[in-house]
Amino acid sequence: MIVTKNLKKAFGSHMVLNGIDETINKGEKVVVIGPSGSGKSTFLRCLNLLEVPTDGEIWFEGVNITDKKSDINKIRCKMGMVFQQFNLFPHLSVLENITLAPVQHGMMTKEQAESKAYELLQRIGLTEKANAYPNQLSGGQKQRIAIVRALAMNPDVMLFDEPTSALDPEMVGEVLDLMAQLADEGMTMVVVTHEMRFAKKVATRILFMDEGMIVEQNTPDKFFDHPTHPRLQEFLSKIL
Amino acid sequence: MLERLRESFYNALIPDQRYLAYLDGLKVTLLISFFAILLGIFIGILVAVVKVTAMNSKMRWLVAVCNVYINIIRGTPLMVQLLIIYNLIFTSRSTNELLVGAVCFGINSGAYVAEIIRAGIESIDRGQMEAGRSLGLNYLQTMRLIILPQAIRNILPALGNEFIVLIKETSVAGVIAVTDLTKAAQYVGSRTWDILPPLVIAAACYLVLVMGLSKVLSIFERRLSKGDRH
Repeated sequence: MIVTKNLKKAFGSHMVLNGIDETINKGEKVVVIGPSGSGKSTFLRCLNLLEVPTDGEIWFEGVNITDKKSDINKIRCKMGMVFQQFNLFPHLSVLENITLAPVQHGMMTKEQAESKAYELLQRIGLTEKANAYPNQLSGGQKQRIAIVRALAMNPDVMLFDEPTSALDPEMVGEVLDLMAQLADEGMTMVVVTHEMRFAKKVATRILFMDEGMIVEQNTPDKFFDHPTHPRLQEFLSKIL
Repeated sequence: MLERLRESFYNALIPDQRYLAYLDGLKVTLLISFFAILLGIFIGILVAVVKVTAMNSKMRWLVAVCNVYINIIRGTPLMVQLLIIYNLIFTSRSTNELLVGAVCFGINSGAYVAEIIRAGIESIDRGQMEAGRSLGLNYLQTMRLIILPQAIRNILPALGNEFIVLIKETSVAGVIAVTDLTKAAQYVGSRTWDILPPLVIAAACYLVLVMGLSKVLSIFERRLSKGDRH
C-alpha cells in the first residue's frame, strides 16, 4: 500500500533520513519507535508529503506521490493524519471541524457529512460536544475528535504522529483505546509513539529507527524479547 | 454670550439649508471611507498572503515587489500621494474625484492593512496549516477557511485602529477638489464669516462616525471570539 524507495530527507546539511526502503501492506499496524532525533516523525510526515523528501520515491496505492504530476491533495484525502498537538481548528465547532473537509471536497453534502459526524461522535461518546469549541474540551477529547475528523474522510491509512505525547497521563488511555479499536477493525495504521504497551498489544510489526535508518524491525514479541541490534538493546534497556 | 454662541451655530446650520451641505459632505466622506476600507482589505489580504506564501518558494521576487509597494506608501505622506495620483494618473478632465479619492485612500490603507494581516497570519500555529493540508485541502483553501479567520480575529483591534485612522484621514480629500465633510464645513464657514462653528459641527460628525465604527467592531470582535475559552 505504501512503498518508500531510498527515501532521504535533509534539513540544510543535516541528514534526517538516510535512505529508507520500506513497504507497508494493507491492514498492517506498523509502530515506529526510536530515540528522539532519530527521524521517525520526519519519516511519518514524508509519507503524506507534509515534509517533501530530498531524494527517493514514495508510492501510495500504485501512485508515485513524489512525482510532481500527482495531485497530492487528492492523495491526502486517503491518508488520515493525527498530530501530537491535535491541531483542531479553534474557530470552528467540533461538528464543523469534522465536516469541513468532506464538504469542501464535495465528497458529501453538508447533511450527509453531519450525520456521519454524529455517527462518529456517538462512537467516541462525545455527541453532546458537537457544538462545543475545541478550547472547551480536555486534551483526550480533543485528540479523539482529531482522530474522528481524519476518519470522516474515509481514509485507507491512518498516520499517527506521537498522538499521546501531549496528553495528561490519565487521558492517554482513552486515546489509545480508540486507536486499538481502529486497529481491530482492520484500519491500516502507521504510528510513531513512545507507548511500548500499545506497540506490544496492537502492532503487527515494529520498526526501530536510529540516525535516519530503520536499524531493526520485527514482530512485537521478537522485537521486545530478542532484540539483536546493539542500539535497540541499549534503547530497550533504558525504557523498559 | 450663550445667545451669541447659539446664533452662530444656528447660522452655521439652518439658513439656506446649510445642514444639507454637511449631509452631502458626510455622504462623500462615508463613500470614500467605505470603498477605501474595502479596497484596503482586499489589497491587504492579497499582499499579506503573497508575502507569506512567496517567502519560501521560487517566487521570492514577489515579496520584493510587495515590499516596494509597502515602503513607498508608508514612507510618503498621504496628501502627497493623493496629489500625485490625482495629477499624474487621472489627468483627464472628466475625472471622478470621488473615485480617485476612494482608490487612493484604499491603496494607502492596503499597505498598512497588509502588514497587520501578515502579523496575524504569522501568529497562527504552523500546525493549523499542516492539519488543513493533511485533510487534503489545498493551500488557498486552508488559508481562506482556517488561517485567515483566526488571523483576523487576532488582529481585529489593530485593524479597527487602521479603519478609524482612515476615516479621519479622508479629511484631506479636499485637496483634490472633493467636497467631503471637512471641505463642506469650510465652505459654510466662508459663507458665514465664522469658521469655528462649522468645524466643530464637522468634528462632532467624525466623532459620531468613529464611535459608531468602534461599536460595530466590538460587536464583531465578540462574534468572532466564540471559539475562545469561556
